[in-house]
Amino acid sequence: MPRLDAVRRHEIVFSLNGAPARVEVEPRTLLTDALRHGLGMTGTHVGCEHGVCGACTVAIDGEPARACLTLAVAVEGCEVRTVEALAPEPGRLGVLQAAFRRHHALQCGFCTAGILMSLDAYLRCRPHATRAELTEVIGGHLCRCTGYAPIIAAAVEAAAVLRGESIEETPSHA
Amino acid sequence: MKPARFDYLRAASLDEALAAIARHGDEARIVAGGQSLVPMLNMRLTKPGLLVDVMRIETLRTPRRENGALVVPAGTRQAILLDRPHVADELPLLAAALPFVGHVQTRARGTLCGSVAHADPSAEIPLCLVALEGEVHLRSAKRARRVRADDFFVGMMVTDRAHDELVEAIGLPLRAPGTGYAFAEVGRRHGDFAIVACAAVVDGRRMRLAVGGVADRPTARDWPLLDGTALDDALNALAWDLGAGEDIHATARYRRDLVRRLGRRVLEQAAEEARRCQG
Ligand code: FES
Ligand code: FES
Repeated sequence: MPRLDAVRRHEIVFSLNGAPARVEVEPRTLLTDALRHGLGMTGTHVGCEHGVCGACTVAIDGEPARACLTLAVAVEGCEVRTVEALAPEPGRLGVLQAAFRRHHALQCGFCTAGILMSLDAYLRCRPHATRAELTEVIGGHLCRCTGYAPIIAAAVEAAAVLRGESIEETPSHA
Repeated sequence: MKPARFDYLRAASLDEALAAIARHGDEARIVAGGQSLVPMLNMRLTKPGLLVDVMRIETLRTPRRENGALVVPAGTRQAILLDRPHVADELPLLAAALPFVGHVQTRARGTLCGSVAHADPSAEIPLCLVALEGEVHLRSAKRARRVRADDFFVGMMVTDRAHDELVEAIGLPLRAPGTGYAFAEVGRRHGDFAIVACAAVVDGRRMRLAVGGVADRPTARDWPLLDGTALDDALNALAWDLGAGEDIHATARYRRDLVRRLGRRVLEQAAEEARRCQG
């Protein structure tokens, strides 16, 4: 591959939420900025911009990743999935989103997109994840509002729904 | 913050990567999973002129067994190693320590070799490599060499690697018969850097303890099989020798105390396991 010049913009091509995407970036552009500024996909949030908070988490080739620690040029040819992919259609929530809503698992919502994407990636390969495992996944994120308990409850419930189990529709968290 | 500008080369082969770092010397940095380097770029703690991405090099992807070790190449992500079937049998120490390396989300990207090349004094993977007496495989365009882990880590984020060399792989010795392994760490939160981390390897004749987070590099000591006050004395001497410092996370005294206590805990646990598998 030719060397990409620092001061030029280069077109990268990848798959974003199942559709082809192209964006022009400098080599130093972070995936967060390519998504938000380059493509207008502002569902992916930016908190710390150095890998600590998890707000920017997306899935790359099915695995969770900090978008702020990923160079946009490095996702050339990859499959990127962001929070915009979770709702089945406009006006309807995905299973994880609906569980978050039932459990009041978000307040300001700043951390939520990242947490949803981590859980989405995790549950796709481990549908039988235990509460302890889901708690560990959520441990990779900072939430300044909720105290985490409702997030864990929502994750456990969403996992059950995704496995096709019936759930009691009463929030475990008042 | 955002990184300063750099050129970017996604190397398609090992030769291409080695040629690039040979040509650009210390202007170039190698990036693999990016979980250590990109935060430093974002904070502008490092401003390389060229980034050489080695993650698309096919030949650096898959670990292989070789002479009693698992050779883990530069492109192997931490999560891949942890998901390896029977990893707890092959590499019990790594299986115990890897869950403490960052979080699920960073392990999905970060590589083992990247952590070794970065050489943070409190990182778990360098600690395990030292405890196991593993090797670092370095390669430049001109030559290849292997360095013992003890000699590779020189100081805080300083290693024996020359600017034109790539950490091509690390060699992690596989579980040896009659040997016990144990790992423990104390940190503020799971996934944070350890305040103190300890790894022990004990067989029928000797015990080895490696300590991270205290000195400027992971540091190991070998003792004959000790217990009781002899072990207390050895651990106490080690705790003082490591020259613990004080920072926002812990006092020097607390660090010394952790060396004594965690050190004893992992040595006893490893000794117990060694006895069990000797039958
Ligand atoms: S913004 Fe990426 S981890 Fe905080
Ligand atoms: S809902 Fe506000 S930070 Fe999590």
